[in-house]
Amino acid sequence: MAAHSTPKLAVWKFASCDGCQLSLLDCEDELLAVAGAVEIAHFPEASSTVVEGPYDVSLVEGSVTTPQDAERIQEVRAVSRHLVAIGACATAGGVQALRNFTAVDEFASVVYAHPEYLSTLESSTPISAHVPVDFELRGCPVDRGQLLEVLSAFLRKRKPDIRAHSVCLECKRRGNVCVMVAHGTGCLGPVTQAGCGAICPSFERGCYGCFGPMETPNTASLSAALHSGGMDDGTVMRLFRTFNATAPAFEAASRAEEKGAGRL
Amino acid sequence: MTHKIRDLTVEGLARVEGEGAMHVVITDGEVTDVRLRIYEPPRFFEAFLRGRAYTEPPDITARICGICPVAYQTSSCQAIEQVCGAVLDEPLRALRRLLYCGEWIESHVLHIYFLHAPDFLGVGSALELAKDHRDLVEKALQLKKVGNDIMEIVGGRAIHPINVRLGGFYRTPTKRELRPLAERLRWARDAALETVRVVSGFDFPDLEIDHELVALHHPDEYAITEGRVISDRGLDIEVSEFLEHIVEEHVEHSTSLHGHIIERGRYLVGPLARYTLNYDQLPAVAREAATEAGLGKECRNPFRSIVVRAVETVAACDEAVRIIEEYSEPDRPAVPVPPRAGVGHGATEAPRGILYHRYSIDDEGTILEADIVPPTAQNQDAIEADLRKLVTANLELDDHDLQHLCEQSIRNYDPCISCSTHFLDFTVERR
Repeated sequence: MAAHSTPKLAVWKFASCDGCQLSLLDCEDELLAVAGAVEIAHFPEASSTVVEGPYDVSLVEGSVTTPQDAERIQEVRAVSRHLVAIGACATAGGVQALRNFTAVDEFASVVYAHPEYLSTLESSTPISAHVPVDFELRGCPVDRGQLLEVLSAFLRKRKPDIRAHSVCLECKRRGNVCVMVAHGTGCLGPVTQAGCGAICPSFERGCYGCFGPMETPNTASLSAALHSGGMDDGTVMRLFRTFNATAPAFEAASRAEEKGAGRL
Repeated sequence: MTHKIRDLTVEGLARVEGEGAMHVVITDGEVTDVRLRIYEPPRFFEAFLRGRAYTEPPDITARICGICPVAYQTSSCQAIEQVCGAVLDEPLRALRRLLYCGEWIESHVLHIYFLHAPDFLGVGSALELAKDHRDLVEKALQLKKVGNDIMEIVGGRAIHPINVRLGGFYRTPTKRELRPLAERLRWARDAALETVRVVSGFDFPDLEIDHELVALHHPDEYAITEGRVISDRGLDIEVSEFLEHIVEEHVEHSTSLHGHIIERGRYLVGPLARYTLNYDQLPAVAREAATEAGLGKECRNPFRSIVVRAVETVAACDEAVRIIEEYSEPDRPAVPVPPRAGVGHGATEAPRGILYHRYSIDDEGTILEADIVPPTAQNQDAIEADLRKLVTANLELDDHDLQHLCEQSIRNYDPCISCSTHFLDFTVERR
């Protein structure tokens, strides 16, 4: 292989909705430029042409939920120079990690007449639980702009400019009126990582945490505020326990609600 | 005695949404087994919806599919609004249809140019196509973008919109916000008409299907967001009767449940069914484009579904323009939907066909049961039947060409495997 060859990009799917890899195809204004800058070597949803690895950057969507996928992620890691986990499934187990709070065979029997035909693990786990990950990009789904930023950063060998502060900062920057202060609407913005552009508050609804916990979130304080705004334990618990249910800070907050410990 | 066995296998089908495989066995020149094997891992949505609040399914079920989240949001809203006796104000209903038109445009254009057209043009992907036909691919991307723009302006986000709630929306757009969209949609309608002309020039393999065609039907419009469930063989039922006529069966080779019409068997949902059953309700501009493209009032060749999708894209652009022109800002963003115990049913026309939801909730609004029947699960038997017919008619092809024909046939249905797992690889075995 020539030393100056075009970097190879691979896109991999594990348990997911396909939304995060679709985000790449949704970069309508930039996609052809991306395709010009990299060799799209493995992207089954978009191309039946597969070029063999190793790959310079692998984008991995989805969580690990089957014994086969637990093996496959090892193979993906082995052929990837840089591995970037994209989206709530790949970074925190996704909405399907709700199974981690109950017995999975019970779940299987609700959906399938013959659960014995299925092969599935007890829990849904992020990619980092299985292999070293070079970067985790949050969101359910990821933001297109952030995805392009991370891709450019890895191709140019620099650190991605992705901030770990809260949605609140983005919301202020947009000049939104605080939905919690002004309307008493419950909002996870104070504990959720920015990146979406504070879209929910911009549409007069509370943030529901799809980018997962910010750096050092004060979930206890927010839970107390949600309660004093009139939200019951079950509602606060479910708010933390949806798309990033097993991200450690959100899991701890939802478990505290379960014990009734969320009220200060 | 020795048998001549051909075994064609495709592990990891490309240009479909999600993970599946195909396996075909030919013994002594007869097709003895056809399996669309769906190994997409199960995610158990129907199980973890139990115990959640009745307000949550629009956000949660959207995550079943990144390509058609609005279908999930709309079917779930409708089902729960039915339980609670809520009826949307007319402008809210129109906005819901507008948002859904955005999803049709985005999803259909993705399938036409990115997943399906490469089969007809002999390339691996639209990106390879762009090397020689950059203008065409750029135009396709801009057309797709108009769909996503609707999703963003009305829904807040292109994938997993955040502005949909029971009873309507969190915030409704102003006329001023929608106006620039109308201008872009007029361009998009022309780009979609050009798409019809481009794809109608493809070379279509012969295949005539005899599956029962099932779609929603609405008295006043080309059904998207609501209607009765009808078929070309006399089915004409309320959405609430759906599960009395359709059964889902769990088969060993698939994590997707197969749908059948009780006592009649396989059926087909999606663009061919909608077009054939509701042709008269397409806007004139879409019907003219269809005629010019050589389509009659019915279409039963699944390879031509790409033309039907393009015609539906014209219709969706035209309809979106109409809705925006007639839009009056609603008095309230949503109608109240107070919880009430009961069972509700919702069905809408996802880009790939009927998506049915059923919820049972208690009087505090806790979900007791959820049932979701996605389009690809319903089409699985039809897809397998088509493969059987195609392979039988084309046994003289070598394995490479036969396999390619089969893969192309699977992509005719734009199978959404992420959805149907509750749902592709490919093998053909010749014995």
